[in-house]
Amino acid sequence: MTGYLIRRIGASIVVVIGVSIFVFLLLHIIYPSPAIDVLGPRSTPVAIKAWNKAHGFDRPWIVQYWSYIVGVLHGNLGYSYKLNQSVAALFNERWARSAYLSGISLVLAILIAFPVGIYQAVRRNTLGDNIVTSLAFVTYAMPVFFLALILIQVFALSLPIFSFEASQSTNVLYVMGDWHAMTLPVATLTLISVASYSRFMRSTAIDTLAQDYIKAARAKGLPEKLVLWRHLVRNACLPMVTLIGLSIPFLLAGNLITESVFNYQGLGFLFYTSLTSVDYPVLLAYTLVGAILTVVGNLVADIALTVADPRIRLA
Amino acid sequence: MTSVAPSLPPLDITRAPEGGEIGPIQSGWRLAAREFAKNRLAIIGLAILVFFVIFCFLGPLIYHGNVINSNLAATNLPPVVGHPLGTTNQGFDELGLLMTGGQASLEVGFCAAFIGIVIGAIVGAVAGLVGGFIDSILMRLVDVFLSIPILFVVLIIAVRYGASVLGLSAIIGCYTWLVPARLVRGEVLTLRERDFVAAARIAGASRRRLIARHLIPNALGVMIVNVTFNVADAILLVAALGYLGFGLHYPTQDWGDMLSNGIQYMQDGYWWLVYPVGACIVVVVMACNLIGDALRDSLDVRLRRR
Repeated sequence: MTGYLIRRIGASIVVVIGVSIFVFLLLHIIYPSPAIDVLGPRSTPVAIKAWNKAHGFDRPWIVQYWSYIVGVLHGNLGYSYKLNQSVAALFNERWARSAYLSGISLVLAILIAFPVGIYQAVRRNTLGDNIVTSLAFVTYAMPVFFLALILIQVFALSLPIFSFEASQSTNVLYVMGDWHAMTLPVATLTLISVASYSRFMRSTAIDTLAQDYIKAARAKGLPEKLVLWRHLVRNACLPMVTLIGLSIPFLLAGNLITESVFNYQGLGFLFYTSLTSVDYPVLLAYTLVGAILTVVGNLVADIALTVADPRIRLA
Repeated sequence: MTSVAPSLPPLDITRAPEGGEIGPIQSGWRLAAREFAKNRLAIIGLAILVFFVIFCFLGPLIYHGNVINSNLAATNLPPVVGHPLGTTNQGFDELGLLMTGGQASLEVGFCAAFIGIVIGAIVGAVAGLVGGFIDSILMRLVDVFLSIPILFVVLIIAVRYGASVLGLSAIIGCYTWLVPARLVRGEVLTLRERDFVAAARIAGASRRRLIARHLIPNALGVMIVNVTFNVADAILLVAALGYLGFGLHYPTQDWGDMLSNGIQYMQDGYWWLVYPVGACIVVVVMACNLIGDALRDSLDVRLRRR
């Protein structure tokens, strides 16, 4: 098991290095130097060249990449010349709000999707299963922002129960308590994830139900409740761990769109406003952070699986 | 899937014709087609997709809605005679826009999926066949790209280089080859060791014949299933891009742009600017997913997305 973990962590480190090279090259090719942003659109080529030389933007890309990586490792994610603030400070202001929105949606999605998927598998092809499957299918095919809009139309405009805008407070604790404003964004992200998780859970549980150990458990007269809890649920949950790790990029993308629909001042919204103001350092830093989160998420999922599944642990 | 009914009726020996072809001895493709045709949802999905292709590409030949010249005398009209789905804030005809917008969405969806599958098949086949160092390099590359959220990269590139149908397809296509590459590689790795490939090799088949006659046709199932899902994903991605305002530029509009435009009038109750186009996106994406699911079941590929 130790060998497996070491190999797995090593592979993750290689991937993180690859990600950082790709992201840096993307930045380097489309935005070689922030000189224009600093000196203004009417600056002369000579001035730009001098600024580049003074700030090290004329060095070969590999050298610049190295100093960028050294900076990132010291917590320096770059500098937004548009907002005149370091990217790290910008992220520091907002990450908690995004983490809260994504985190609570993920937890809710898991709490809803697991039982729903198991229920569907056990009561396969009944009316209940068909209704849930159809709902999941429609939600799965829906753009995130369209789902958000329907929720706004129904629960904020037609029936004014919730606010159509997310909480604007800068205090995360206040945001957490502000259910009036936070229900719809959380519901949007949750529903999108529930749609894909429950579909996957249903098919995994169906596969598990066909296994011999379920037949054996039933044959030896184990009560159905115990068969489900002890054999079905525990085994069917294992592939879900991997799926949740893999779904982090989609969570981040959904987060971006949800935050821009509900005007929620998190990282996704920062990314969106940086797109409009063409603020590349912020865009690239968030892409890098998102990619690293994904790699770490997959690694954690694999490690969790190793702990949970003796077949891997002992192999 | 265990729920799938046995794909063939039991062979009735008493009624089997003497000699000649008996039912079950058919090519895998014909069996798959029969299995597919039995799936009612899949046929519905296919019909929806065909309908939308006709609606978007042939519709404008019959229905001439104004989608080019803004008409300030007829803005935000509710559905009336002459404008079955009303008009937008610039006086464009919503039904006409739905057709031309659908063209853009479908074009990007299909082009991107096609580009993705071609690159994916090549990379996967090379990785699977050559193996060794090149294989590990290519697969690490796939890991790297899979870790970077596609929406972010597509947005960054679209902001810098602008978006056109071809450009967007290329960007999305260059990003969606990852999963097909993995699948094709896995398929090639197992196929390579199968007896019929060994038999063909012993019979003296050339390398090219092996690839063209045995590996590609057998890996095709995985690829086709993946293409349909990729079409759906690409359509959703383009819609998101359009919604955020970084999609195609006027006069080319896609469904996402239209939604993003209509949303501004949601509080005014201009439902015709929002719900028809939203429904189009959902229905088309759903149709693609239905087809993909059915294809997977009928081709029985080990692809789990459900």
